[in-house]
Amino acid sequence: MIKRLTTPLDVRDLKVGDIVSITGTIYTARDETHLRLLEESSPVNLEGAVIFHCGPIVRRTDEGWEVVAAGPTTSSRMNSLEPEIIKRFKIRGIIGKGGMDEETLNAMEKYGCVYLAMTGGAALLAVKSIERVEAVYWLDLGMPEAMWVFNVRDFGPMVVAMDTKGRNIYADVDRLVQERLLKIERELNLA
Amino acid sequence: MDFNDTIKNLTYNLLKFALCTNFPKDVKDALEKAIEKEDNDITKSQLEAILEDIKLAYETQMPICQDTGVHIFFVKIGSKMKIDLALIDDAIKEGVLEATKKIPLRPNVVHPLTRKNPGTNVGIGMPHIYYEILPQKDYLEITVLPKGAGSENMSVLNMLDPSQGKNGVKKFILEWTAEKAKNVCPPGIVGVGIGGTADVAMKIAKEALLRPIGSRNAEPEIAKLEDEMLDAINSLGIGAMGLGGNTTMLDVHIECASTHTASLPVAINFQCWAARQATGRIYQDGRIEF
Repeated sequence: MIKRLTTPLDVRDLKVGDIVSITGTIYTARDETHLRLLEESSPVNLEGAVIFHCGPIVRRTDEGWEVVAAGPTTSSRMNSLEPEIIKRFKIRGIIGKGGMDEETLNAMEKYGCVYLAMTGGAALLAVKSIERVEAVYWLDLGMPEAMWVFNVRDFGPMVVAMDTKGRNIYADVDRLVQERLLKIERELNLA
Repeated sequence: MDFNDTIKNLTYNLLKFALCTNFPKDVKDALEKAIEKEDNDITKSQLEAILEDIKLAYETQMPICQDTGVHIFFVKIGSKMKIDLALIDDAIKEGVLEATKKIPLRPNVVHPLTRKNPGTNVGIGMPHIYYEILPQKDYLEITVLPKGAGSENMSVLNMLDPSQGKNGVKKFILEWTAEKAKNVCPPGIVGVGIGGTADVAMKIAKEALLRPIGSRNAEPEIAKLEDEMLDAINSLGIGAMGLGGNTTMLDVHIECASTHTASLPVAINFQCWAARQATGRIYQDGRIEF
């Protein structure tokens, strides 16, 4: 069952393993946007917002902008910046792939934010549920790094992979992988 | 005959095939097979999303993934092909420029330090073109491997001590993959280069990614190592997108080169599930074959 969420998100009841979709507004933010948010503040009010780790392909049309492809990018690149972003801008949701570190998880727990894992590379699935490009900021950073504002309907499916109670699917998988790695290394006489 | 336009058009078409419409069948088959064997529901849902995305790309003729990569070309020149070699480089670059504008592709190529993006996917040494001579052949063959950053960023080179031997190689492949696989958009392919010098090891690791899924190294001992590493990696439980499950890699391809008696280089180059590549040949009379 897919939980259909709307922005601004109410995240306290979400837990890891939940499958969700989002209807509302999401903001793309990658490395350069994160840096500039911290240096200059935000051109829009991000309180309660969902940010999307994504560098889309977008093209200009007569009516404005059309999104060509928009899947998630590797979230761990933003690890060192995200806790401060969550705190300062009161971000409620982060969409990305691969998960984030312990400090980001702590910030999520403290300020109320969830991490939503989207299938990496599935850029056209995402496009299907983007209804409109509402705005773009900081286009001088280049197409992938600019902050794109998307209106989305049933954007997903996504898996809640880190929640506000400090639960983290990636940490669970990591523990399992470490246990199995030791076992396999013993079996192959590599230990 | 002037091959400039032929090469340019072929380059454009190869990028379109690889990135949008002609997803490699061996990879799609392997993904479909993986769903049947997978018992983790989250990984299953990721594999379903991937297959749906491949279908959408075919239907809409748009890029499968927004990371349309940087473009690595492997050009093989038949020794019997009469062609002005000097034009190949520019013709390929023109094809990349056109594909970037028309398909369109994401402009990924930036200066490494200033991070300035010319918006063209052409820059210093990019696209990168490897050249090779094919003795006695009468055609020019071009393969494009668009390489996304998610998987490429997890690459590594380790200069082992020869005393660490085969077990050291296995241990390194396993431990590195255990740590990094979740970020390469799995299920993907592990390309391993063993031997040569530092640069050669990484180059053959990348070439290993071009081999079809299920293919094995001609040397039986290395083929066995490929099987052993694939089984071991898929037993780790990393799963699609690192969310847990039995489908972590579709294959492990290992290539070897002779090395210095005091060296044991091991390079790992990962490929994401979107294992996009396309190959075409140009014959002397201008005929094209895919």
